[in-house]
Amino acid sequence: MIPKNFTRRLRLLSTFKIAARALRRNKLRSALTALGIIIGVGAVIAMVSIGNGAKAQVEAQIAGLGENIILIFSGSTTASGIRTGWGGAGTLKIEDAEAIRREVPAVTLVSEEVVSTAQVMAGNQNWFTRIYGESADYFDLRQWALADGAPFTDQDVRSANKVCVVGRTTATQIFGSEDVVGQVLRVKNVPFQITGVLTPKGLTSQGTDQDDIVIMPYTSAMKRVLGGGTTLRNINAQVASPGDLAPAQQQIIALLRQRHNIREGRDDDFTVRNQEEIAAAQTATTETMTALLAGVAVISLIVGGIGIMNIMLVSVTERTREIGTRMAVGAHGRDILTQFLIEAISLSAVGGIIGIILGIVSAKVLAAVKNWPSLISPGSIVAAFLVSAAVGVFFGFYPARKAAQLDPIDALRYE
Amino acid sequence: MSNSSDATAVRLEEVRKTYHTGEVEVHAVRGVSIEIGQGEFVALMGSSGSGKSTLMNILGCLDRPTAGRYFLDGEDVSSLSRDELADVRNRKLGFVFQSFNLLSRTSALENVELPLLYSEIALTSAQLREKAEQVLASVGLEGRGDHTPSQLSGGQQQRVAIARALINDPEVILADEPTGNLDSRTSVEVMEIFQTLNEKGITIIMVTHEQDIASYARRNIVMRDGLVCDDIVVQNRFNATAELEKKTAAEALEAAV
Ligand SMILES: Nc1ncnc2c1ncn2[C@@H]1O[C@H](COP(=O)(O)OP(=O)(O)OP(=O)(O)O)[C@@H](O)[C@H]1O
Ligand SMILES: [Mg+2]
Repeated sequence: MIPKNFTRRLRLLSTFKIAARALRRNKLRSALTALGIIIGVGAVIAMVSIGNGAKAQVEAQIAGLGENIILIFSGSTTASGIRTGWGGAGTLKIEDAEAIRREVPAVTLVSEEVVSTAQVMAGNQNWFTRIYGESADYFDLRQWALADGAPFTDQDVRSANKVCVVGRTTATQIFGSEDVVGQVLRVKNVPFQITGVLTPKGLTSQGTDQDDIVIMPYTSAMKRVLGGGTTLRNINAQVASPGDLAPAQQQIIALLRQRHNIREGRDDDFTVRNQEEIAAAQTATTETMTALLAGVAVISLIVGGIGIMNIMLVSVTERTREIGTRMAVGAHGRDILTQFLIEAISLSAVGGIIGIILGIVSAKVLAAVKNWPSLISPGSIVAAFLVSAAVGVFFGFYPARKAAQLDPIDALRYE
Repeated sequence: MSNSSDATAVRLEEVRKTYHTGEVEVHAVRGVSIEIGQGEFVALMGSSGSGKSTLMNILGCLDRPTAGRYFLDGEDVSSLSRDELADVRNRKLGFVFQSFNLLSRTSALENVELPLLYSEIALTSAQLREKAEQVLASVGLEGRGDHTPSQLSGGQQQRVAIARALINDPEVILADEPTGNLDSRTSVEVMEIFQTLNEKGITIIMVTHEQDIASYARRNIVMRDGLVCDDIVVQNRFNATAELEKKTAAEALEAAV
């Protein structure tokens, strides 16, 4: 006598054979059903890794600001209820920066910043680029090393000398090479001597090329590019340690309020943000984005699951006579249930595996195109696979049970 | 299990089947008692709606009688569970349907293997294939194992179905209008297979509307209004092989004219 559970196991084995044959019989339908899961799982993997990549990039970018940075923007006043936003109204003066340098002891480095765009030329080449006016401390403050040459000096800033440092993109666009130290670049027709070339930084998460830039003394920029004016867009300050960030920020606010004669109860006409606040805000944004993307992807996975259920239901109806025949020759209700479940789970599991491969590939391609780090987390792969298998069980169960409960006579007679 | 012809294959005792459709009760079978011995070849006849298919479903363990008892091969199967009935069908019965009921887009071999996949005996794929090929050959379909139903004629499809019914060495073959979808020559070919099988001792119960098809059986049971009204031994029984030869000769003559 053969033990009962042994024969049951063999029966399960042949049910696998039966399910495999059934799937092979309907290749196109099987493929289309799996496609829903492929797209769902692929989307989950791709979206999560893109989200992770974007987050990592934003973090890198914030770290690239330098260490222990405080940013002071002019504007963001609510005078008569109108919020002008960062850099809106020109309320920051050169003297404000001087005062911070002088009166806030924790501050180690300060850079006055003005920003403009301009047509730059050399020979017969011209290029439209961003012009940044900064102090000589800027390169230390941003920890932005030079690939070639040297930065401009405090003396250059004091005398508003016609010198500048260029990014790699600007250099290659104008001169066709990175070997441009000592060359003359005409900015708004004013000749500037190039003292150095910056190390490349790549794109920001918004897609701006950080190497498409000309940096010159802010004095020169105000005088020769902006055509006069005495207000700064913002002031970058650095403190010695993270512990200094909050107290220094308070001191700066107090100092600027006093200098700008802002009475008690009135709003600031400037905005002070430290690096940690910016990082937190940016990270929150990217996390929201990641969650949103993942949500959309999960919805598509559910839609894929409903697709499986739909096709399985249609196939139960369509294969009613087949089910009747199987029952007539000895299939138990449980055999039919297992067969349909195996079919559903195989479809979703195979779809899941292909989806994972597709997701990884598309994440890598997107990352390469967008110049992003592609961070594929093993957790999201495992989760996507488990979810896809679970989708098979969940959405396959109802049709399978429906098939198993058919009456053999009705099923055989079904037209 | 003895193979002597006086042993009983099927015994029905006062079997009734009542269908409840909404308000009305349909008494499809109203007390049938018959005994069919091993090795018999029975044709079940009667007008439409007389309860033949209903009775066949009970005989085939696809349905349970509302009242009465059914002994198959000495075992009372009238009160078995769904799964137990499925096992009985798998071990002791073979079905041949009017509309063949083969799995589409599935090779003849795989169709024939089907009952083995649900049996308690475990066979390897090679063993399955070998057995299916043997049975297919026994119904005259050697070399057609890889054809799908759509690549086979109606008669060939019915042979595949017969091979499927045979693969588990059943006690009884049940056929509800097996020639209903076939032309007259193919019908006789199927009868030839049935007669050959019957010679080997397999019990066959077949429903038919056609008197000449019934004449290939050894015994005719006629039903009317859910009751057996006639039960006769066939006199002047047809021999399918001889009939086929006659047909071939007639066709040759026709072609010559
Ligand atoms: N599932 C069912 N529900 C209700 N009534 C049924 C059912 N099956 C059969 N009947 C009724 O039972 C009676 C006998 O039907 P059955 O199918 O057994 O006849 P039959 O002799 O096989 O007829 P035919 O020669 O046309 O196939 C008929 O009146 C039929 O309407
Ligand atoms: Mg009928």
